[in-house]
Amino acid sequence: MAKRAIWGAVVVLLVMVSGYANFFVAPTERSMGEIQRIFYLHAASGWAGMTAFFVCFVANIFYVLGRKQKWDWIGVSAAEVGLAFTTVLLITGPIWAHPVWGIWWTWDARLTSTFILWMLYIAYLLLRGMVEEPDRRALLSAIFGIFAFIDVPLVFGAIRWWRTQHPQPVIMGGPGSGLEPTMRKVFFFSVLAMHALMVLLLSERYRLEKTREEFLEVQREAEVG
Amino acid sequence: MSLVSNATVLLGKELRTEFRSRELLTTTVVFILMVVVLFSFTFDTSSGESRKFAPGLLWLAFLFAASLMLQPCFLREQNNDTLSVLRLSVSDPFAIFLAKLAANTLFLLFTELLMLPVFSIFFNVPVGGVVPQLVLVFFLGSLGISVAGTALSAISAQARMRELMLPILLLPLLTPVLIASAEATAALLDPAHAFRKDWVAFLAIFDVVFLTALWLFGEYLLEE
Repeated sequence: MAKRAIWGAVVVLLVMVSGYANFFVAPTERSMGEIQRIFYLHAASGWAGMTAFFVCFVANIFYVLGRKQKWDWIGVSAAEVGLAFTTVLLITGPIWAHPVWGIWWTWDARLTSTFILWMLYIAYLLLRGMVEEPDRRALLSAIFGIFAFIDVPLVFGAIRWWRTQHPQPVIMGGPGSGLEPTMRKVFFFSVLAMHALMVLLLSERYRLEKTREEFLEVQREAEVG
Repeated sequence: MSLVSNATVLLGKELRTEFRSRELLTTTVVFILMVVVLFSFTFDTSSGESRKFAPGLLWLAFLFAASLMLQPCFLREQNNDTLSVLRLSVSDPFAIFLAKLAANTLFLLFTELLMLPVFSIFFNVPVGGVVPQLVLVFFLGSLGISVAGTALSAISAQARMRELMLPILLLPLLTPVLIASAEATAALLDPAHAFRKDWVAFLAIFDVVFLTALWLFGEYLLEE
């Protein structure tokens, strides 16, 4: 309990410090102005979401091979948390895009592939809701999760290739290379903070799933007995 | 080579079942025809416009049709209680998938080729001269749809709301196939009749990747 509280406090602190750094440490971007500060939340959430989906993929593989319930619990927790971060990514994107590009949304390679990724994991969670029996649900969703994750590079490749054939309204430079040193530090600190938050949410979600399954197990036993 | 011989026998069974009733093929053909006609209301059907939009719409129609056609693939076995017998009859469960995906590819390809002249006439897009290349694109696209679709129909057959779940699982997964097939088809139907090797190779890569995934993980889907 104490360990959880300390870990939670550390994450809150990290997120607050990164929020402070976003607003007061990072310099204001020359052409975009203040709105560019959303970048730290936007991109860091995106990275944390991708990491969560990767965790989901690994958990899915372990589940299929080992059939330990805990891998199923990690899988569903990671998918939900990843979906939450990707949703932040998809919401902060248009908020940033509107003043800078003049449009809320464009069918650009990155936006489109993120959207498809988001839909794939919604499908994953929907599927889980449609199978009653726990072992069956775990197995079917794990296999779909594996298929969904190996589809991601193909989706990204196809859309990127297809869209770069056409002129794009705006070309975004990738983070890292073109970033001013202070911005870069603030950005990587945000990435760290978002990953810490992601791990915290994931472990809490995992605990919830575990408690729920254990409760259902006890309930089943009580019904049988 | 028991895998290949088992799969061949099962493919024979799939084809026989279908050609006795012809339920799947007739309904799919009618469905695609209906979608193609409905599409004609949504844009200007002059030749230039058609060439630009029609390949994408045609592949969307194929994709929707496939998501309906693939429904009974495993459901039929489940309803008739034949899945366990099927599993006992082969040494490698991959043979069941191989047979079913081969049958689905053939059914899809057959309906697509049947629709091609109709499409060409309706939308005033000449296809003469590029038929062999089109057949190749249709084959690779249908194979991709069938590989992913056969696996997912084994999943959705075991879920509630299965009629809705299959398209929800399948359509986002098939985005790469839709893009690559539509682009390759559009290039072929263009007056320049370009054969886009890059998109064709991309389709082949998709097929190989998902065939490998199915080979590795498919057997777990047939567990009782």
